[in-house]
Amino acid sequence: MITYLAKRLIAIIPLLLGITLISFFVIRLAPGKPVMLQQSLNPKISLEEIKRLEKLEGLDKPLFTQYKNWLWNMLRFNFGRSIGDGRLVIDKIMERLPVTLTINILSLFFLFLFAIPIGVKAAVKANTAFDHITTLVTFLFFAAPTFWLALLGMQLFCIQLKWLPISGITSLDFEYLSWWGKLVDLSRHLILPVIVSSIGGIAGLSRYMRSSMLEALSQPYIYTARSKGLSEKQVVYKHALRNALLPLVTIVGLSIPGLLGGSIIFESIFSIPGIGRLFYEAAMMRDINLIMAEVVLVALLTMMGNLIADISYAYVDPRIRYKK
Amino acid sequence: MARIIKSFLIELSLVAIVFFIPCKASLCQDYGDALVSASIADARTLNPILASDTASSEACGLIFNGLVKYDKDINLTPDLAQSWEIKDDGLVIIFHLKKNVRWHDGYPFSGADVAFTYQKLIDPKVKTPYSGDFERVRSLEVIDDYTVKVVYKEPFVPALSSWGMSILPKHILEGQDLNTSAFSRNPVGTGPFKFKRWRSQEKIELVANPDYFEHRPNLDRYIFRVISDESTIFLELEAQGVDSAGLSPLQYLRQTDTRFFKQYYRKFKLSSFVYTYLAYNLSDRKFADKRVRQALNYAVDKEELIKMVFLGLGEAITGPFYPESWAYNHNVKPMPFDPDKASQLLKEAGWNDVDKDGVLEKEGEKFVFTLITNQGNEERLNAAQIMQRRLKDVGVVMKIKVVEWSVFLSEYINKRKFEAVLLGWSLPREPDNYDIWHSSKTREGEFNFIGYRNEEVDKLLTEGRRVFDQARRKACYNRIHEILYDEQPYMFLYAPDSLFVIHSRLREVSPAPIGIGYNMIDWWVPKKEQRYSRIAE
Repeated sequence: MITYLAKRLIAIIPLLLGITLISFFVIRLAPGKPVMLQQSLNPKISLEEIKRLEKLEGLDKPLFTQYKNWLWNMLRFNFGRSIGDGRLVIDKIMERLPVTLTINILSLFFLFLFAIPIGVKAAVKANTAFDHITTLVTFLFFAAPTFWLALLGMQLFCIQLKWLPISGITSLDFEYLSWWGKLVDLSRHLILPVIVSSIGGIAGLSRYMRSSMLEALSQPYIYTARSKGLSEKQVVYKHALRNALLPLVTIVGLSIPGLLGGSIIFESIFSIPGIGRLFYEAAMMRDINLIMAEVVLVALLTMMGNLIADISYAYVDPRIRYKK
Repeated sequence: MARIIKSFLIELSLVAIVFFIPCKASLCQDYGDALVSASIADARTLNPILASDTASSEACGLIFNGLVKYDKDINLTPDLAQSWEIKDDGLVIIFHLKKNVRWHDGYPFSGADVAFTYQKLIDPKVKTPYSGDFERVRSLEVIDDYTVKVVYKEPFVPALSSWGMSILPKHILEGQDLNTSAFSRNPVGTGPFKFKRWRSQEKIELVANPDYFEHRPNLDRYIFRVISDESTIFLELEAQGVDSAGLSPLQYLRQTDTRFFKQYYRKFKLSSFVYTYLAYNLSDRKFADKRVRQALNYAVDKEELIKMVFLGLGEAITGPFYPESWAYNHNVKPMPFDPDKASQLLKEAGWNDVDKDGVLEKEGEKFVFTLITNQGNEERLNAAQIMQRRLKDVGVVMKIKVVEWSVFLSEYINKRKFEAVLLGWSLPREPDNYDIWHSSKTREGEFNFIGYRNEEVDKLLTEGRRVFDQARRKACYNRIHEILYDEQPYMFLYAPDSLFVIHSRLREVSPAPIGIGYNMIDWWVPKKEQRYSRIAE
């Protein structure tokens, strides 16, 4: 197991290098330059100044030198500074990370909390009225665009009923509240975003759970269990569910990089200062250092997520063993 | 004794006259409350000499002062300067500075700060985009603490307005690297509001500066809220979560025409400092003939564009100046919408529909061109589609191509790879247009990207920035306006109105040619209408 782990970890290094190399060149060779340096057509800013700014950012050097410099800095965990505001890329990311992580972990939690029971129930009661109704409802939510649900939710809960604040994650007087007040304030702001961000996922995951459960329920060992005279509860929860949960391990593993990803539309609507908007704007502005930092972050997390999924498979599924 | 009391009473009543009468005008305004404004984008930096985006400039404008500023009628007035003298035909400007000004940390402001700011502006290592105007300075000399003498290499009229640049505190920034200094997120200025806190992509909070040299702002706080979605901003207005926000024409006319909005908000409609134009690449053979450009101008109905795209909330323009300013030539008569005249001019220029397919030809070439515009501007795209139809009526085929902003700039505009482009310019308060129209400004990346060349305009542009007499400058710019409209290097289209709401509890908000923010420190809210509690410093 340890050798396997070591092998996998070592394999990450060339993979990561390849990813950064390709990304760097794709981004820099794509048309368009860092927008901050072009100053968005401001006639007050002369050509000489733009050239000087480009030089100060080191963008006049050959591409390969630029990549080499970037790589050398990255190996020392220095992701450089953002073009435009000159702040450390790492500061900008760390500032946004807690919000995105909180929302994503919370929605993941609610996702599993609701999706698994709904899926199981729908599978056990397959082709009954309950199944049909949940199918209909979950598909409705699955199909509804997030921004539309968000706007409807705001209109109802924030404007008509005045229960919740509309946007942002803190109130204007947040800094003047007690710690308890701050907690309440944060939670009130997070309710709607968390619900909206998990609702589409619940729909999807519960369908997944249902089919996985249906498959498990049609397996020969379920007949065996039933014929042994086990209670229906034991059959469903002990025999079928445990097997039906296996594919979910993959899903958990794959959602690890997603924990850091934010949705740009969702964050914009709720005005959440998250990672999604940071990187979207970085891409639009051609803020190379920031984009590259994201590439590294997401690549690392994706690889780690896969690794964790593979390892936990071995752990939960006795049929899979990684040989020495 | 009675006499003493009597005279005391008289005195008291005199005192009352002296003190209570002005009170009605200004002194009884209540302090307190906060103004919450909504912005789509967050500021990038609060260092004013590095900031070039709208959000940053807006916040910096409340924290810092320049030596001069524009008053409500768009005339330059003293700000940190007490007065100024222009000598030697404009080669020398001497600023006399105000003496009672302190930085937000209590340190006195002086000429050393002006010199320091100037040195940073021309320092090639500082990532400021504003060095251009200051590289014309031959020398800057601090004569004494409150007198600064600036000598220019040649007379340059916009020089004075360039000193509207915010002044930085030397005592804090000396020896620091401005590009990476923490000052950019924790600024100290001289302005009416002091920086309090900045939560990225959430808000920037400013508090009143009690020692501001004009007077303490009546509002306790000014909060910029970043709300990155336009529909969310509108919902926040409906919940009174923001006090001021811009509106789209549809929101202005229809969605805010409700009892709620009439009760809680005041709507404003002002001329905006931007205009939209269609520019031709003048090195393209099709557009080389002036008659063709005039014909296209006759073929497009600007009023129709304003009516359809902005629901009538805009103004057709004929030249590149702010319509409310002295530089705009109101004697230039707009060419009417006249497709027949357009066809006639095109015919004169040699364009005929020989094969009767509805498209004009000349020497075997069909009149087909591509208009490019930037992605993310719905209004421009709509306008383009309307123009497309009007041009088709006179036998001209215009294709439309929408390109992402960064690529649009670097691959099309800067490299001049376009036939026609739909874009907008903002209109600075200073009418000097040299960089856009002078024939020397046509290198890659410069702003005369259409390749316009007219000797008279070149001469007038040079004169306009060398002569300090406003009447003579007016003559220059009016003539430029006239020539440009006749030659039609751009098809000047419209200046959309700037539309916004402000919460009606705010008093003293009164629009002027410059806009509304000029008297922000006088805005106030009566005690019983205040929405945000006072916060102890």
